[in-house]
Amino acid sequence: MPDYLLRIRRFDPTSGQAAHWDEHTVSLGPRNSVLDAILKVKDEVDGSIGIRCSCQQAICGSCGVRINGRPGLACNTHLEVAAARGGGAQSPASAIGGGRLSNGHRSADGERSADGERSDGALAGVIEVEPMGNMPVIRDLIVDMDAVHWKKFQRVTPYLVAREPVPEREYIVPHYNMVDVTQTMACIQCGACVSDCLSMEIDPLFIGPAALAKAYRFVGDPRDAQHAERLRDLSEDPHGIYDCTHCFNCIDACPKEVAPMSQIMRLRRRAGSDFGIVDRNNGHRHEAAFVTLVRDYGLLNEAELLPRSYGGNSWFGKFHPAAGRELLSSLSTVITGLLRGKISPRVALLGHRLPKADLAALRRIYERIEGRPERRELNLYVTGYEDEPEPATVGAGSAGEGPHTDTSASESESSR
Amino acid sequence: MKVAYWPGCVSRGFTPELHGAMAKVAPLLDIELIELDRAACCGAGVIAEHNQELADTLNARTFALAQQTDGELMMNICSTCQGAQSECQERLDANSEYRAQINQTLADEGLHYEKGLTNKNLLWLLVEEIGLDALRAKVRRPLTGLKVGPFYGCYIIRPVHRLGIDAEHPRDRYMQMVIEALGGTVIDYAGVYKCCGFPIITMNKEASLKMAGRHIGDAIDADADCLVVPCPLCHLNLDLQQPGAAHAVGRELGLPVLHLPQLLGLALGLEPRELGMSKHVVRPTSVIDWSTSVVAGAAA
Repeated sequence: MPDYLLRIRRFDPTSGQAAHWDEHTVSLGPRNSVLDAILKVKDEVDGSIGIRCSCQQAICGSCGVRINGRPGLACNTHLEVAAARGGGAQSPASAIGGGRLSNGHRSADGERSADGERSDGALAGVIEVEPMGNMPVIRDLIVDMDAVHWKKFQRVTPYLVAREPVPEREYIVPHYNMVDVTQTMACIQCGACVSDCLSMEIDPLFIGPAALAKAYRFVGDPRDAQHAERLRDLSEDPHGIYDCTHCFNCIDACPKEVAPMSQIMRLRRRAGSDFGIVDRNNGHRHEAAFVTLVRDYGLLNEAELLPRSYGGNSWFGKFHPAAGRELLSSLSTVITGLLRGKISPRVALLGHRLPKADLAALRRIYERIEGRPERRELNLYVTGYEDEPEPATVGAGSAGEGPHTDTSASESESSR
Repeated sequence: MKVAYWPGCVSRGFTPELHGAMAKVAPLLDIELIELDRAACCGAGVIAEHNQELADTLNARTFALAQQTDGELMMNICSTCQGAQSECQERLDANSEYRAQINQTLADEGLHYEKGLTNKNLLWLLVEEIGLDALRAKVRRPLTGLKVGPFYGCYIIRPVHRLGIDAEHPRDRYMQMVIEALGGTVIDYAGVYKCCGFPIITMNKEASLKMAGRHIGDAIDADADCLVVPCPLCHLNLDLQQPGAAHAVGRELGLPVLHLPQLLGLALGLEPRELGMSKHVVRPTSVIDWSTSVVAGAAA
């Protein structure tokens, strides 16, 4: 069996000692898991290694760790996969995740070469395991999920608040509604997305990807009575749905394809378009201004976008006191930009736009799509990918369920 | 090679130096640009957040316009455009029924998107189409001694599967590979793959500027002379907003931030001013000094 170098980050905050790395050579098959390797060392060499685990089948979500710089479950990460992403190999995962470069690039130990091999013998790879990020370490690979993850989870009222009157027997839910929330229901609360959330890294108060994905679980459920209240709450919270920075880290981190960021975008869509919630964080105004400006100019008109995001989605938005305050606070940036020729007065005042015929075409597209009574939405998690023969025969051979029609668009706050 | 060229909005708006630098650099790389001047904004994820079908239709229109040209592929110069367009294309290519619905809307203009467009950011095109050896051969002024920190921008590196990043296409290492091919020194620092913060600049300005400031500070601490970005939106937060970012993190910054075509242009022998570097908010003094010393050294 191949030998892997297992490096485990050890830390006991009560000891007063700094964190350090322990190294062990482990002989296991390439299809054994990283958790197998950790438990083997724990059983045979050092029983004091702190690791939380239970089912070993990617169901309980207990063994979330960072493996070669990337968050995930130790139990469903094969040694060969982990070794390929780390150890200096230029595979994608070697670099993605928390800004970590591959081991060979950040290694402090001189005895290891860039490809992860040690000078004293051939290794199948280096597996570097450390605790998840954005949460305090209790010991070694165990983080305090209560202090961060579960606290945020509780924040979003993570249970169904039943509509009244509650039916005598079962509540019949349309099939598409349950399919719609299936993706969020796949979450096993492992915290991998929380670990590498770049918004939370800077703003620890951000509610975060796992909890917000959970919120969509109920916002997308027609049995829940508090769609409007939930959405208003999460929109108005300065650390709510509009604090997500679109970094996609949570999508890559999730071992169950929940795509938390996509759920956050759906919460925004529901809040802004279906419930008309204009939040104090400029989130909906920014979105509305962006969409309108592209309709009217074809291109993004940055000079209009900023004041409208603060002052309201019209030409007069720039005269709103909120827009004025923002302009004042950014005055030095604006002046520097103008002086350097970065922002030309013409672009600043008039914007840049597409030819008239194209703008007319765009307007027709907008009218057609925005005029639909129901939004059309395709969720590839649900429909899957067609494997149709080339060349594509348009309109033939649909392998999936077809586009999902989001009937929730017809539900409005005022209808309650 | 001939490409259908999508410059994006910001390169013609608040970062005009990017569009200009690309126009200067393209002939030196033997790239013929067929500009898609009728195409609309990619939506930057914001239009998709509002209405997915609308974003997919706008981008399908852009793809259809690109397919009407005789370009070998479509090229963009913006990480955000790459990511937003890849997301829309993934849906369009995955489901023929959905694609047919979108094409029905485009039919009013006589446009039609055929599945399977190749859309590559300049960075990908450099490595995968031109090749690093050919790029090395074109270098007139090697970036010897210039310490460059790569900053990718989220949309061009995540999600990895959608963006076609795998062992054969290590697109998350291309910036490092290009910098090395141009003769520069790659600076590894904590922020290489992080977020510039631009998407939340109007929603949570403090967090947005702290993100930018932290990454710039990390690059300075790692001894970078400059950063290079393939995304104009990152450039807005890292350069235009850098004074505010410095204030947000409570330290002096002053690190020049170059667009990828500007770094290429320098190595291909163009002068900083020709590449629009005078338009930057942070004066690229270290880069100009380096350039001057190289020219002086060559003259001596």
